[in-house]
Amino acid sequence: MSTAVYDSPETITASRARLTHLKALEAESIHIIREVAAEFQRPVMLYSIGKDSSVMLRLAQKAFYPGTIPFPLLHIDTGYKFREMIEFRDNYTRELGLNLLVWRNEEAIANGANPITLGTQRCCGYLKTQALLDGLRAHGFDAAFGGARRDEERSRAKERIFSFRDANGQWDPKNQRPELWNLYNGRIGPGESIRVFPLSNWTELDIWHYIHLENIPIIPLYFAQERRMLVRGDSLIPIEQPFVKGLPGEEQWVRCRLRSLGCSPCTGAIRSDADTVPKIIAELISFRSSERANRIIDHDQDGSMEIKKREGYF
Amino acid sequence: MAVLSNVLDDLNEGTTPFTIEEFLAAEQQKDLLCFTTAGSVDDGKSTLIGRLLYDSRSVYEDQVKTVTRSSSGEASAIDFALLTDGLRAEREQGITIDVAYRFFATPKRKFIIADTPGHEQYTRNMVTGASTADLAIVLVDARKGILTQSRRHGFIASLLGIRHVVAAINKMDLVDFSEKVYRTLHNDLHGLAAKLGIRELTAIPISALLGDNVVTRSEQTPWYDGPTLLEHLESVPIAEDLPDAAFRLPVQRVIRPNQDFRGFAGQIASGTVTPGDRIIALPSGRTSRIKGIHTFDGDLDSAFAPQSVAVTLEDEIDISRGDLIAHVDDAPAVSNSFSASLVWLHAGPFVPGKTYLLKHTAQTVKAHLRVAHRLDIETLEPQQSAVLRLNEIGEVEVRTSRSLMLDPYRENRVTGSFILIDPASNATVGAGMVHYTKLDKDGRSQINGTLLLLPGEVLVSVLEEKLTTRGKDVVITSSQKPEVWQSLLYAGFTVLVPSKSQAQAEIITLAPDAHELLRRPVARHDGLKAQADALLRELENEF
Repeated sequence: MSTAVYDSPETITASRARLTHLKALEAESIHIIREVAAEFQRPVMLYSIGKDSSVMLRLAQKAFYPGTIPFPLLHIDTGYKFREMIEFRDNYTRELGLNLLVWRNEEAIANGANPITLGTQRCCGYLKTQALLDGLRAHGFDAAFGGARRDEERSRAKERIFSFRDANGQWDPKNQRPELWNLYNGRIGPGESIRVFPLSNWTELDIWHYIHLENIPIIPLYFAQERRMLVRGDSLIPIEQPFVKGLPGEEQWVRCRLRSLGCSPCTGAIRSDADTVPKIIAELISFRSSERANRIIDHDQDGSMEIKKREGYF
Repeated sequence: MAVLSNVLDDLNEGTTPFTIEEFLAAEQQKDLLCFTTAGSVDDGKSTLIGRLLYDSRSVYEDQVKTVTRSSSGEASAIDFALLTDGLRAEREQGITIDVAYRFFATPKRKFIIADTPGHEQYTRNMVTGASTADLAIVLVDARKGILTQSRRHGFIASLLGIRHVVAAINKMDLVDFSEKVYRTLHNDLHGLAAKLGIRELTAIPISALLGDNVVTRSEQTPWYDGPTLLEHLESVPIAEDLPDAAFRLPVQRVIRPNQDFRGFAGQIASGTVTPGDRIIALPSGRTSRIKGIHTFDGDLDSAFAPQSVAVTLEDEIDISRGDLIAHVDDAPAVSNSFSASLVWLHAGPFVPGKTYLLKHTAQTVKAHLRVAHRLDIETLEPQQSAVLRLNEIGEVEVRTSRSLMLDPYRENRVTGSFILIDPASNATVGAGMVHYTKLDKDGRSQINGTLLLLPGEVLVSVLEEKLTTRGKDVVITSSQKPEVWQSLLYAGFTVLVPSKSQAQAEIITLAPDAHELLRRPVARHDGLKAQADALLRELENEF
């Protein structure tokens, strides 16, 4: 009997089976998400509505299946997010029965903070970084998942999967814990916290490919259609806010889509015909241009993402 | 779709263009190779990685633009090293100071590079990078030959259990692509690999600066018939899990959505599991069978490492986070005492006698360590030392407050590795690789001592002599306090306690959780010698 079992081709296939890269990445991310749920008192998942958040959310569903996700989602709303993003957020989280929390820096929003009058750096400082730190502190969250990837930007390449933040929520690149094997050190003192990046080892192509294979719903802003835009040089600037005003002739209908999602005044669109996920992937591999290139905020000055991270930004 | 077919043409270098669907189907079959690179400031490591990324066309155009701006001076030249450097501090100092992870893909495979500096804190960073790598590239300067640091890098690759080591013999352009230089280094390197216990070494002559044999085959080395670096990276087998690798599932979490479902969730560390398999839950030792393997994508007929799954069992047995599920006939050692190699990662030195926290799979326990000796990383000779400092490697004896389910690191990177955490600062201070555990014939931990409660002083002195000659560490105490006994037993001593009130000898041991004392009487024998021999026989069973 036992001979039959050992000779069966299925047994041999199973023992030699290897995971494809996406399945290996998925398994790693699920392991990370489960570790955080087990080791922290009050974890939260930062949910930005974008493609990376959508993948991270699916991985969290998988991590606790057939149970439900044992932590809330938190969206930092600057007040300048695209209308479609807010609709998508509310519908999708309701459909999945998730506990969604929203945090806004109401004081700065009431004072009319915007990127034109403050400049992008200070605007991000108030509406994103400050709001994030306040939101985490107000709820007493000790671990926050973020969808950042190491391939996004140079300062991210050295980011840990468990990224330690001091009691002020700040990141010290020289004082990060060495991270070996899959053994994550989640121990923290009072007021300190950990940012966790379960998608660290995914690339932009991996994210899109996974969305395609898993049929993960994503916001239609990613797909090309005719949209009213300010056309300024190579830039396509979405018109949603009253302070985004064009010169005569700048406002045009353009077939375009967004490559990454942020606040409407600071997220440029790209000219594109890609209206399906496979077409987006085809476009991606033809571009040879990194996805963050259309984010105005990253190009304020050389290494600007690193400066934001030191201050507490994701 | 002219653009698309151009791209796909490009990817296939002139072969028949295929559709995006075909591209995705091919993409889906790719596996993932993680490799680490080690080298020092001058040997061109960053240049090599930059070349690999650039020539494999995975450098995005805007990143190239940023770099050309940063390295003002040579307007059109691309500084390959700047492509891979990350943080401001480094760009200012011109050195790489931490482990950076890079990603690229070829039509055959996806790659993660753990890029580690050869400069300060080299050991800490290289160990970190190597811990998750399947392959290591060690750079050797063709002009300088095998330096101390090549030896050190090779040693760390071997210590961290990396199966494939590539010696990239760089700067071949500066030795006129001499075959003789290559042959000499090739032979020296294979000698070194044998000495270090490296399982597979491949020596490739390259010029990172000019691109020879990195991605494209060099015309300067007609005498070399081996693979280019990229060809080798694309073809090396990944994590050849032995077909008979033991099944290990460290339990991260119990998933209990309702009364009818109790799933034990974790990432399979090694081996394969199938419903119906007879399993043992450790450390409890309770056995059952696998009822089902559950995932969001449906139940599985079998699962294998490194999949993340949840399993259910036929029987209701108590399993919690930190426990481990294995096949009943192929279980790991359960022990709270073992020897290990330890790499010290922190600026503050290892303090003998201090209690550290040790994280192993999904459990964190208290640990005491003793340094047996330190390894001179230059000569690989053992040195007397009771402490370890930053970047030092030592052999240690470890005792933990609770038992761990351990395999030797050489056999299992997951169940054989641990990190040490300083409980005061919460810093990760050490990284350990288990060598062996101390076990008795039944595979149980034997490290706890045994206590004999004896009627009369004479029996104490007779046994003391006999036990000492047998190499036991004997302690005699008149204390009757259970907490004193517990700590002596925990320390592994054979403890002799004379007691006038005792009519019959008793053997006292620690329960597996180390909190309770287990007592059992030993039958009385007439005569001192007979009684002593009976006790020694009983003790043999305990050990």
